[in-house]
Amino acid sequence: MAILITKESKIIVQGFTGKIGTFHAEEMMEYGTNVVGGVTPGKGGQEHLGRPVFNTVKEAVKETGADASILFVPPAFAADSAMEAADAGIKTLVAITDGIPAHDMIKVKRYMRRYKSDDRMTMVGPNCAGVISPGKCMLGIMPGHIYKEGNVGVIGRSGTLGYEAAQQMKNLGIGISTSVGIGGDPINGSSFKDHLAKFEQDDETKVILMIGEIGGPQEAEAAEYAKENVSKPVIAYIAGLTAPKGKRMGHAGAIVSSKGESAADKVEILQAAGITIAKNPSVIGDTVESVLKSL
Amino acid sequence: MNIHEYQAKEILTKYGVATPKGGIAYSPENAKDMATELGGDMWVVKAQIHSGARGKAGGIIVCKSHQEVSDAANTLLGKTLVTNQTGPDGLTVSRIYVEEASDIKKEYYLGLVFDRSTESIMVVASSEGGMSIEEIAKEKPESIIRAKVEAAVGMQSFQAREIAFALGLEAKAISRCAKAIMGCYEAFSRSDATMVEINPLILTGDDHILALDCKMSFDDNALYRIPDIAELRDKTQEDSKETYAHDRGLNYIALDGDIGNIINGAGLAMASMDMIQLAGGQPANFLDVGGGATPEKFVKAFKLISGDPKVKVILINIFAGINRCDWVAQGIVDALDQITIEQPLVIRLAGTNVDEGMKILKDSKIDYIEASTLEEAANKAVEALKDLEKK
Repeated sequence: MAILITKESKIIVQGFTGKIGTFHAEEMMEYGTNVVGGVTPGKGGQEHLGRPVFNTVKEAVKETGADASILFVPPAFAADSAMEAADAGIKTLVAITDGIPAHDMIKVKRYMRRYKSDDRMTMVGPNCAGVISPGKCMLGIMPGHIYKEGNVGVIGRSGTLGYEAAQQMKNLGIGISTSVGIGGDPINGSSFKDHLAKFEQDDETKVILMIGEIGGPQEAEAAEYAKENVSKPVIAYIAGLTAPKGKRMGHAGAIVSSKGESAADKVEILQAAGITIAKNPSVIGDTVESVLKSL
Repeated sequence: MNIHEYQAKEILTKYGVATPKGGIAYSPENAKDMATELGGDMWVVKAQIHSGARGKAGGIIVCKSHQEVSDAANTLLGKTLVTNQTGPDGLTVSRIYVEEASDIKKEYYLGLVFDRSTESIMVVASSEGGMSIEEIAKEKPESIIRAKVEAAVGMQSFQAREIAFALGLEAKAISRCAKAIMGCYEAFSRSDATMVEINPLILTGDDHILALDCKMSFDDNALYRIPDIAELRDKTQEDSKETYAHDRGLNYIALDGDIGNIINGAGLAMASMDMIQLAGGQPANFLDVGGGATPEKFVKAFKLISGDPKVKVILINIFAGINRCDWVAQGIVDALDQITIEQPLVIRLAGTNVDEGMKILKDSKIDYIEASTLEEAANKAVEALKDLEKK
């Protein structure tokens, strides 16, 4: 089944006609993603890449039945576009945009809570590589060919480190049900915990791999959640064992500011919750393999 | 982005938070004039650096005469202060703040931060001011008061009053304290702050509430819409190499080791640093070149890394996604046409078009050590370092 997106997902692209939006829309379509149209305010009625362009997300949803969207809108306007998607009834939104102010993300998160949990949009990102259900649908900017279809659910903050893990797994013949990049910002649309819950419900997913890093309480919260609510084996790698305290390591969210946020603290908390730790980034694939073999 | 105490106090003043009277000075004469202008018979001369804990480092001097103010200014200006927040190199004092001395009856702590668990603005207060919040959390955790701000409506007056009462203030000071808290919240929410910390917030002998110190940080992602604050950036308070990199679109942090890194993606960069350490080496830096690995970016990155005297070996680790290895390889080759590097170079490419990329490197005249996995790259970088040491 995979989570969030499947072969049937109808995708629209917000920021469709821009350079980046165009490039990635083409890549996604080439992968086989069902892109049904796009939104660029003021360009409604035009056609782009053989798909219709709409002025508003509501209009796009009404005309195409779209249920998922990917956002390539510049940071200053991205929060507004995310709320527009939520209000139009989009169920899964991937925000690729890097550099959205944190105050804006707080507003977006609060806004999404207006909707009942059944109608509520799941936002993935911002500042992420997106979501891929290999062989079915790609809603992101990752290189699709490094992902093999299979039964490992992946949740990670980093784009390229996620690629590294996907390739290690592919080299070992291990496939992925869905890989979700939650992004490197301090306030994410959705968290490790949110996707752990989805993978637990997904028949196709047998084990779950979390790729975390220094900073923030999310990994520790996920550990606590997994201990009580996840029956499937969980594996984790945490980047940044060598990161100095108080320095922002590239990702806006990657700063160790208090207890439980350093890589060593997180590893300890995850281990205590019964999660298998990949000791270093070069053995992520091997660790997943040994857990799969033990099933 | 961080700003100085005096700048933060100017912002707070705009939002109705009371602070002691004071002014900035760049020389001992300036400082003396400022003391004269302020009047009174006691002043505090405070070093302006982007760090807390300045008092313990000798950066805050209480003075009882104009001569003492001038002497204090003389001592502090140009001095490098090392606090527990600056790192071992410390920060240089280029301006000082001269403030009237306050009559302190009691000290409190007030902080506003983003709480990543509840994804909201959180107000944190304590009756145990003067210590750092980490110390308070360790020694007097029961004194910590927390109030979550509901994002839909913002902070409400009743929340500020509740905090003021919980701090144990007397009736006369309650509304003054609530006003200070509301002012801090307004400053935080209207200027895209990520932190406002008043430590200490004081109750004076005549029951007024003053922000005696203030630290403010702002969201780098929001600087475009807070131009007045973006202007306050003080590059003398930043690591010069980090500033150089930042101004060129590179994400760079200086570290203490000797293996320089050029990597794409923050997570992969952190993971590579971990691998270097595991292989027995120490990373000299964190450097994320981002998505587009153009020759220009590599030239900038090589300049930054190879020019660092600490760096003995350079490791490039690029996982090409949408970016392609052949483009990346060409970028490296072109960059090395323009710049000569002395250090051994280990290159690991992975991802899209990796074979084409490796071929471009092989066919070029650049001298490098090839690695195919993350582990191999780290091991080879450490080996190269050991070989150098043998020579």
